[in-house]
Amino acid sequence: MTKSLSSKVINMKPSGIRKFFDIVSEMKDAISLGVGEPDFDTPWHIREEGIYSLEKGKTFYTSNAGLKELRQAISDNVKKKRNLEYNPNDEILVTVGGSEAIDIGLRAIINEGDEVIIPQPSYVSYEPCALLADAKPVIINLKGENNFRLQADELINAISDKTKALILPYPNNPTGAIMEYEDLEKIAKIIIDNDIYVMSDEIYSELTYKEKHVSIASLDNMKERTILIDGFSKAYAMTGWRLGYACAPKEIIKQMTKIHQFAIMCAPTSSQYAAISALKNGDKDIEMMRTSYNQRRRFLLNAFREMNLKCFEPYGAFYVFPSIKEFNMTSEEFATRFLEEEHVAAIPGNAFGDSGEGYLRISYAYSIENLKEAISRLKRFVEKLRKEQK
Amino acid sequence: MREELLSVIEKNSRINLKELAVILNTDEQKILDELHSLEKEGIICGYHTLINWEKTSIEKVSALIEVRVTPQRGQGFDHIAERIYNYPEVRAVYLISGGYDLLVTLEEKSLKEISMFVTDKLSTLDSVLSTATHFILKKYKDHGTILDKKHTDTREIITP
Repeated sequence: MTKSLSSKVINMKPSGIRKFFDIVSEMKDAISLGVGEPDFDTPWHIREEGIYSLEKGKTFYTSNAGLKELRQAISDNVKKKRNLEYNPNDEILVTVGGSEAIDIGLRAIINEGDEVIIPQPSYVSYEPCALLADAKPVIINLKGENNFRLQADELINAISDKTKALILPYPNNPTGAIMEYEDLEKIAKIIIDNDIYVMSDEIYSELTYKEKHVSIASLDNMKERTILIDGFSKAYAMTGWRLGYACAPKEIIKQMTKIHQFAIMCAPTSSQYAAISALKNGDKDIEMMRTSYNQRRRFLLNAFREMNLKCFEPYGAFYVFPSIKEFNMTSEEFATRFLEEEHVAAIPGNAFGDSGEGYLRISYAYSIENLKEAISRLKRFVEKLRKEQK
Repeated sequence: MREELLSVIEKNSRINLKELAVILNTDEQKILDELHSLEKEGIICGYHTLINWEKTSIEKVSALIEVRVTPQRGQGFDHIAERIYNYPEVRAVYLISGGYDLLVTLEEKSLKEISMFVTDKLSTLDSVLSTATHFILKKYKDHGTILDKKHTDTREIITP
């Protein structure tokens, strides 16, 4: 039977998270630190816009690239937040979440055998999407000692004459790392010297706790070789609406739109109407959520300090990535025991790439009350492990 | 820090100093000083508890009373407002724009006590022209908090 299925797909590794999910779902009373989505409800004015669109009978396809008004609002927003100009007519494509943009962006630029450089730990879908696009993924194992920022020499060592693109996933899931202007400058120079593309996944761009997010596309001569991906899921707590977008040179958007047109047709219509309200009236919602995330981030970092758990200070997204190397066990062993003994689910770092081994992804998309309970259990667990080691 | 401090304790006045210092990225002494000056400046006026009395066996009746008054020369509405807010059973007094002047909220043990307050005390004040009393049947949301509805986390327990 299996001989009739795609070997490319069959050979794809299932997500490491899936495996852990199966263990967690057995346990009914577990508390979780494992989600990758906001705990806030979508702000009411955005939901209302979605409801109105249904009441008014806006239940048809939109144009393939997305509602004109939405693309205009995206263009205005990207200009306001990043000082970058994209023409809403041919340089912006509305997609089904950032995920679709990753998939079709890669498919639009890859020829068989091209290499795509993927820094890890990072989001789980880059590598499979690259494989499906017939690219050869080249992994960079980011280092904890660099706070998981991509280093110039790491990039240079990964580049070959087959390199087509670099995926730049910052602010980063799962580490919470960001890349600041000075970091990006060095990367941009190498990108230009070697004439490759960058797929910059900026889905967490609104959630930074130091400087404002900087897009690599805003550096000199980078816009023409960057596919910028962002979306509504994280900034506006709209994960279930499945809406993202890509901004790129029109030659690339044109090819991406073809794939999107045949595979998807258009992003969900009611989500698109809601998203217009998000962009136009959502800044104060973002501010409220960011303030709250930042408080929780400080709370967790302080708690780790108090229990002597090593963790670099992450300035982005809503994750912290503490090191568990002192316990001499794998991330999976740690996470599994933590779950079994304390009933708390946190994702083992290696689910995001080999270089995540020795770390744990802890999400702070939970109320401080929830975090307090989880942290007191973590503390008890860590103390127990330290006693065992003696 | 002031604004963030206020919005945190507006939601949770029981939060302890140490935790406040951590989440606001400052130290306990600074928080303490700021709280004192906020109290001194009359910005923080009290640390109350939001209670849903409906869930207790204690009988409470609340009413909103629209009051039309004649403002007094040189005093505007302040004098009459003071006459009203000095009654301990009065919970709040607001000066309102629109069809009436003062909105008075009242909490009492029974309907009868509220009607007695309105007829004996409020209506008999010289500058009060008329009143309209509305009894509160159910509180859905109070002080920005939704009462009587627990927030349940319906997210998948683990997502990438």
